[in-house]
Amino acid sequence: MVRTALPGRLTWQAATVTAVRAETPSARTLVLDIPDWPGHLPGQHLDLRLTAEDGYSAQRSYSIASDWPGSGPVEITVQRLADGEVSSYLTDVVQVGDRIELRGPIGGWFVWRSAQPAPVLLVAGGSGVVPLMSMIRDRGRVRGRQPFRLIYSVRTPEDACYADELKRRVRDDPGLDVHFVHTRKGPDPKRIDVATVNTYGWPPDFAPDVFVCGPTGFVETVADILVALGHDPKKIRTERFGGK
Amino acid sequence: MGIISRGFGGRRRDSAPNLPPGQYLTHDFPVLSAGPTPRIPLDRWSFTISTEVGQKHTWNWAEFTALPSEEFTKDIHCVTKWSKLGTTWKGVSLDTLFEDVETAADYVMAHSKGGYTTNIPLEDLLDGKAWIAYEFDGEPLDPEHGGPARLLIPHLYFWKSAKWVNGLEMMHEDEPGFWEAAGYHMYGDPWSEQRYQGD
Repeated sequence: MVRTALPGRLTWQAATVTAVRAETPSARTLVLDIPDWPGHLPGQHLDLRLTAEDGYSAQRSYSIASDWPGSGPVEITVQRLADGEVSSYLTDVVQVGDRIELRGPIGGWFVWRSAQPAPVLLVAGGSGVVPLMSMIRDRGRVRGRQPFRLIYSVRTPEDACYADELKRRVRDDPGLDVHFVHTRKGPDPKRIDVATVNTYGWPPDFAPDVFVCGPTGFVETVADILVALGHDPKKIRTERFGGK
Repeated sequence: MGIISRGFGGRRRDSAPNLPPGQYLTHDFPVLSAGPTPRIPLDRWSFTISTEVGQKHTWNWAEFTALPSEEFTKDIHCVTKWSKLGTTWKGVSLDTLFEDVETAADYVMAHSKGGYTTNIPLEDLLDGKAWIAYEFDGEPLDPEHGGPARLLIPHLYFWKSAKWVNGLEMMHEDEPGFWEAAGYHMYGDPWSEQRYQGD
């Protein structure tokens, strides 16, 4: 059983938005200054609470995109959802200087610890890349020697978050590979399949740590493929969003 | 009261009166699990209640589905903030399963295929409060939602309703299960917003 870095009671606190950055036409990163942030592990999330003037409030959970160098801001990347009450506010309305209530970090299972020696396979569908990016950034920060592979499925090349940063990291770091799957547009539009996971993942006898994050159907498909290829289900950690 | 979020109006004002605080309504059925979905053949399914003195009560699928079942409609609430109202299930009441079980222990650890665990006070399983459910909306329960059978404790956050449940273990002391050891609340009452340790 994995114990988490959750210290006792999680209290709500006010964070200040210090920067906003468009990642794609429908996703943006909020840079948050949080005075009493206790630090987080890559893969953890935070809870965020918005309150209207009449007292109505709404809470949601967002994966943390940044690593934690020991100080400095925390970043989340928010994908605008079609009927998103909170996500549309965070992607369209929030501006630098606004204050947002949040608490965290939360989650001690879908995390990568840089002391884990195994190679790592990351598989992302859409905005499922966010917690996986935190792992990639943390590996870069601590100069981890575990080889990382990311398979990243998006509809079109324009829908990929962190595209420039990933390109730069792959160029500068021989231990990181990124393979894109474009489901709607591009030279060879297709959905992720057995051949993709077999070719761009790690073989099961490397016993990689596997993290899969994305919409429910995507995660189900990828997890089934991994198990069928012989990966130990206990080494496959999943985070799903949306319904079936 | 929290700080006011500039320009935030909120849209879902039509939310139902039976929605616990901090929850929003969904009409979808989100799937949350920590790993791959296990596919469990019915001829290899079994369910065991183990008492604190090591007595075991085990049912296979035929024995289990031959037990008196109930259909019931309940609201469910996930700690990730969604609630789904009026969901209809069929299953066996824990009262039925505990009829011949002798125990003096107050706590239960639910165990699932794949290693998932979650702790519940025994009194939260009895008196018509919990079921082992095997149908949702008149259909066999999907593997993604915990089929062939899951624990269903609608009055607690849904992580307590262990998917792919295969056993209950009686305990004298309350012990954390999988999410509880990772910082989630030991009990998980949605109406008190008992999400994490200390709530």
